[in-house]
This record gives sequence, structure tokens and C-alpha cells, in this order.
Amino acid sequence: MSEKKRLHLHVPEPEFRPGDTPDFSNVTIPKAGSVRRPDVDVSPEQIRDLAYSIIRVLNRAGGAVGPWADLLSDDELIRGLRHMMTLRAFDARMMMAQRQGKTSFYMQHLGEEAVSTAFQCALEKGDMNFPTYRQAGLLLAQDYPMVKMMNQIYSNEEDPLKGRQLPIMYSEKEYGFFSISGNLGTQYIQAVGWAMASAIKNDTKIAAGWIGDGSTAESDFHAALVFASTYKAPVILNVVNNQWAISTFQGIAKGGSGTFAARGHGFGIPALRVDGNDYLAVYAVAKWAAERARLNLGPTMIEYVTYRAGGHSTSDDPAAYRPKEESDAWPLGDPIERLKLHLISKGIWSEERQLQTEAEIKDTVLAAQKEAESHGTLHSGGSPSTRDMFEDVYKEMPPHLRRQRQEAGI
Amino acid sequence: MSRMTMIEAIRDAMDVMMGKNDDVVVFGEDVGYFGGVFRCTHGLQEKYGKNRCFDAPINESGIVGAAIGMAAYGLRPCVEVQFADYVYPAYDQIVSEAARLRYRSAGDFTAPITIRMPTGGGIFGGQTHSQSPEAVFTQVSGLKVVVPSNPADAKGLLISAIEDDDPVIYLEPKRLYNGPFDGHHDQPVTPWSKHELGEVPDGYYNVPLGKAKVTREGADVTIIAYGTMVYVAEAAAKETGIDAEIIDLRCLLPLDEETIIASVKKTGRCVVVHEATLTSGFGGELLSRVQETCFYHLEAPIQRVTGWDTPYPHAQEWAYFPGPERVSRALEQVMEA
Repeated sequence: MSEKKRLHLHVPEPEFRPGDTPDFSNVTIPKAGSVRRPDVDVSPEQIRDLAYSIIRVLNRAGGAVGPWADLLSDDELIRGLRHMMTLRAFDARMMMAQRQGKTSFYMQHLGEEAVSTAFQCALEKGDMNFPTYRQAGLLLAQDYPMVKMMNQIYSNEEDPLKGRQLPIMYSEKEYGFFSISGNLGTQYIQAVGWAMASAIKNDTKIAAGWIGDGSTAESDFHAALVFASTYKAPVILNVVNNQWAISTFQGIAKGGSGTFAARGHGFGIPALRVDGNDYLAVYAVAKWAAERARLNLGPTMIEYVTYRAGGHSTSDDPAAYRPKEESDAWPLGDPIERLKLHLISKGIWSEERQLQTEAEIKDTVLAAQKEAESHGTLHSGGSPSTRDMFEDVYKEMPPHLRRQRQEAGI
Repeated sequence: MSRMTMIEAIRDAMDVMMGKNDDVVVFGEDVGYFGGVFRCTHGLQEKYGKNRCFDAPINESGIVGAAIGMAAYGLRPCVEVQFADYVYPAYDQIVSEAARLRYRSAGDFTAPITIRMPTGGGIFGGQTHSQSPEAVFTQVSGLKVVVPSNPADAKGLLISAIEDDDPVIYLEPKRLYNGPFDGHHDQPVTPWSKHELGEVPDGYYNVPLGKAKVTREGADVTIIAYGTMVYVAEAAAKETGIDAEIIDLRCLLPLDEETIIASVKKTGRCVVVHEATLTSGFGGELLSRVQETCFYHLEAPIQRVTGWDTPYPHAQEWAYFPGPERVSRALEQVMEA
């Protein structure tokens, strides 16, 4: 009797752990401008290669090259840089505010600023995002009042969400920003439902779903792709692959082969993989996908290859699970530096203007913070009414809640 | 007035609402062309088009999640989960999303959706087509939970559910679809076409959510029931000759406590019956409320008659189902105490 081979379980591991020297030289980064730009009515089978490549526009010298370039005016590019800088400055202040005990929790975008700020510029008024917790750029790119975001972060007396939600779980229908859940992946299928509704009503609006690399493992990711594919919903399905889901590297959600973008192809959904730290490339693919959706050509999946340079949240210390040097070693660079270099190489920007703008944005953020703090922070000053705790559970308060509110003495 | 089965009454409610409001859409597994495995959506696709009534992939989380997205857009989806036993993949979407959306967004977004699902046993459906999961929903802030017991209520309650601005779980006791089954499984059931409760008003009307109905007035003991158990309770009252007052809750959340309290204070005795399992079942909640509000009026400990704390078995269905004999025994015990 021949001896049977013993089975063993494969548990993927990231290449580098604390103490290792990160080296990404084996990661293939296509040259900027090298990936083709197909027509928007292309069949998914014809662009399978684009799910395995990386669409890039900005090269190392700061040039914008290839078929995905030249979509934005100089003013729009400068605006884009300001949006990213604003998001970074906003994050820095709020991280500090959390450390100072002014709020319980914060999540920053460090290194990922291009993804949400550039994407938003491809949408139109009335379109709806179903974001995760790391897309505040969708609001800031619309010049949304920072003080309102801070009021929410502080859960103060002006908090539009009345102190009920964890900091940064904004909701802003008027700005096409769906209420952030905090449960992972649930919004992805909701985005598809919203897009289906727009199609049912023969409207012209489109939706965008957002999910992180780790959460693509959720069943709702699969649900969203099935529904989007079946009903050809006018939706853009965004996957932000920032390499890390808290301490878990992307290989745990994806396994050892393929890409997140390639998952779209299992459902017949065209998929693009893009350099998420390249403002111009992000905008270009978003525009392509939005055009497809508006022409009733159905969903598009986009994977943004980026890197979470900071911790998952203020409750996380990445030094415990990845080398500190990994962020600097990451081959796609910093989105703000790259766009700045591009603007300078175009002759429409300078280091001096950069510094001036940085100072100006810092002042604006500080002024907003000061105003927000005049309405209170989590543990001091004005706070939401305790009565609000019982409101909005239902449209009309049922008798049992009225009784409980009385019992609570508020 | 027309004579209708509960299936026809439920379909009529959706028909009335789809006719009245273009934002009402209906979808779920097999509900489009075929009209649903219980035929509740039969003819709706033909009448309102594929845009308004369509088949969904077999993905309950997807069905409810998509409905939430549609509601956020401004539609008023009424979706079917083929059996209540299949709802669990959608639980996260129901609990974390639909139920809390209004609260967490301070009213910026809402989820006015109705989730219909056949519930309960008595059809030899085994453990995957017989469960009564109402308690996993009554535990959730932000939901409303409805269980009709006859065609006229079924239509009026479903219309109220679809019109409601909050998410409603609408549980359809499938053993009642064709007639008022009283637990005597060895006897024929009078079809709704020959039963007075099969009289359903035509066109639009509603039965408000949160209002129970006293289906039998009595002086000796209050039986609190809903769904199929209303008829089991009636059979037990008739067979024991005990003058029971029977309350059909119709809506478990919000609960009509006034009707319960008035009745128990009058009778001084109480029996709670449901088909769902005992431990942490909705009956536990009813007992607590009665104890808190009626303790000094009680002449005897409150009794519960429920399904056993086992999965719903197949061959042993009638040993599991809390039929009239078990309810009768509880009535006798509560009267002796």
C-alpha cells in the first residue's frame, strides 16, 4: 500500500516583517504612458490585460505622458494639488486633536490622498458615492466646509450627526456622500442598488461604490459584482488596494495570484488597474468608467494601487507588523510630491508657491478647527443633546421609546 | 369586497401600492416571470413591467443591500426573501444598515423598505423551510415586525408596511396562506374562500402597524398570540370551554401594550403562545411586559406554549408544533392555579 501524501495548509505571509529591509524591486511597475486607452464600449474580454497592468500618467521626471494624459486644465491640476494638500493638513490637525484627547478616534489618508480627491472630479452633481472611512477627499474636493466635518469628529453641539456616529463616519446626501457604516463592505451592494434605482427611473445619475483590499473578501463584494453584472448597473466599483487591512497584508484577501481588478472579469465586468498615487491617472480612469456608466454600458471595476503610509487608525501602530521603512520603499511615491513635480515641470508652480500654499491651507484648517472647537470637543464644551439619543430610531417615536426616554429622565 | 386567499391578498396589496406609487418596486428570487414560489407576485411583472418587478440572484444580502441603496435613492422597495429560513445572509444588511441608517445619518438617509418572507412550519418543510425567526428582528432597534393572520389584515398591514418610512419585516405564516390552520393537521382546513376572514376590501386601505386585535372576547384568561397560533388558540379555547380572550398581536414591534394590559388586568391570567423556540423567544419579552405591568392582577403564573428548543424537525413535525392540545393543557393549568 502506497503512503498517501500528507496535506498542509497554506497561510500567505507578506514579504517583509519588522526588522526586514523592504525591497520592492521585484514588483513590476509599467512605465508611465505605456498602457493603452481603449474605447469605453470595449468588451471586457478585449481588455483583460488592463486588469493585470498599472495605468500610469506621471513619469519620474514629472511629465504627463501617454493616452491617459492631458485631460485636466492647469487650473484643475492646481486645484487638485490644493485638495490633496488640504486633506493632508486636515488629517494632521485631526490626528493631533485625537492625541490631545479632543476626540476618541481618527482615520487619516496619508499616502492615499489622490484616490478620493481625483475621483470626485470625474463625478457630477447628483451622483452618489458609497464610501468607506478613507475617502474624505470626496468631500474636500467639493470644498465641503471643513468645520462641519470637524464638528462631526468632535461630536460637539453642532455635529450634524448629533453625536451618534464614530468620528469621520460622515453623511452628506447633498454632496453625494452616503452615510458611512463602519461595518465593512455593506455599502458596495448598496451602491449597486442606488445605481439600479437610477436606471429604473431612467435618470442620468451614476453611483460609485468603494471598498478596501481587505474587505473585498466580504460576501457583499461578491453580491455587488453579481448584481452589477446582471443588471448592468451604472456604477463604478472602486477597490482601494493600500496593501494593508489593519495588520493583514492584501494577500490574505486575495491569495497569491491575480489582482483585485481581475476579480471583475469573473463577472464580465471590465476592470482597470491604476496607479493610485498618480492624480492624473486616477482622474483619467474615473472619467473613463463614469462615461461608460452614463452611456448605459454598465459597471466598471477599478483597482487603485496605493499604500497606506499611516496606521489603520489612531488605535493602530503599524510598527508592530511591518517594517517602518516599507512606506518609503514603496515604489509609487507620494501623490502630492508627484503632482507638485508635474506642475513645476509644466512651469505653472514652484517650491515657493508650494510653501505659500501649505501655509495658507494650514491657516484655513486652523481657523476651521478653532471655530469647531468653539462648539465643543468630545469631552468639553458644547455637546449634542442627550434627548437626541432617542430621536431618529424611527420617523415617529413609538410608545416604548417615549417611555424609556422618560425613564432616562431626559 | 372580494374573497381572497392570503396569497391573493398579499399580491393585491403590492398591486395596489405599485399602481398608486411609481417608486414601489418588487424583486426577489423567482418573483418576476414566475411570480414567486408561493405565487405572491404572480402577474405583477406582466402588469408593471420588468423595471418594477424582477428576478434577483440568489443572494439575500444582495437583495436587501440593493433595496437599501434603492431606498437611499428614493424608491420604496418591497422585496421577498423566499423563506424566512434564508434571511440570515441578509442579517447584517438588515441590522447594521437598514435599521440604523436613519439614526446614524440623523435622517440624511432613510431605508423605507419592506422585507417579506414566509415563516413558520406545518408544511413538512424541515429545518430550512419552517423556522419562525421573529425574535432575531424584534431585538433590533429601528425595525418594525409584522405577522398577519388573515387575508384582510395581510393586505392592510402590507400596505401600511410599504407606506411606512422605516424598514419593516413582514413575516407571512405560510401555513395560513390557504386557510386558517388551527393545528389539527389530521383535519381539513376551511379554505379562505369559504371563511369570513377571506373577505378582503377592494382597492386601497390600511391596517395600522402597532395595533393588536382582540379576535375573541373572554373573561377567564388572556391568550397572546400571532400568526398561525391565533387559530390554534381559538381551537384550544373552544375545546376546553375556557372563556379565553385572544389577542392577535399583528405587529410585534412596535407592540400594542395597551391592549395586552387591559386584557390581562381584566382576566387576571395569561398564556403566551408562539411557534418559535422557547429560549429568548418573543414570548419571554411578552411575559416580562405582563409581569411588569399586571403583576398585582395576576391570579396564576403566566404560561408559555412554544416550539421546542430544537431545530424544526421533518418527520416529527407534529410533535414539535405547539398544537391545540398543548395550548389546552396550559389553559387548564393556568385556570387551576
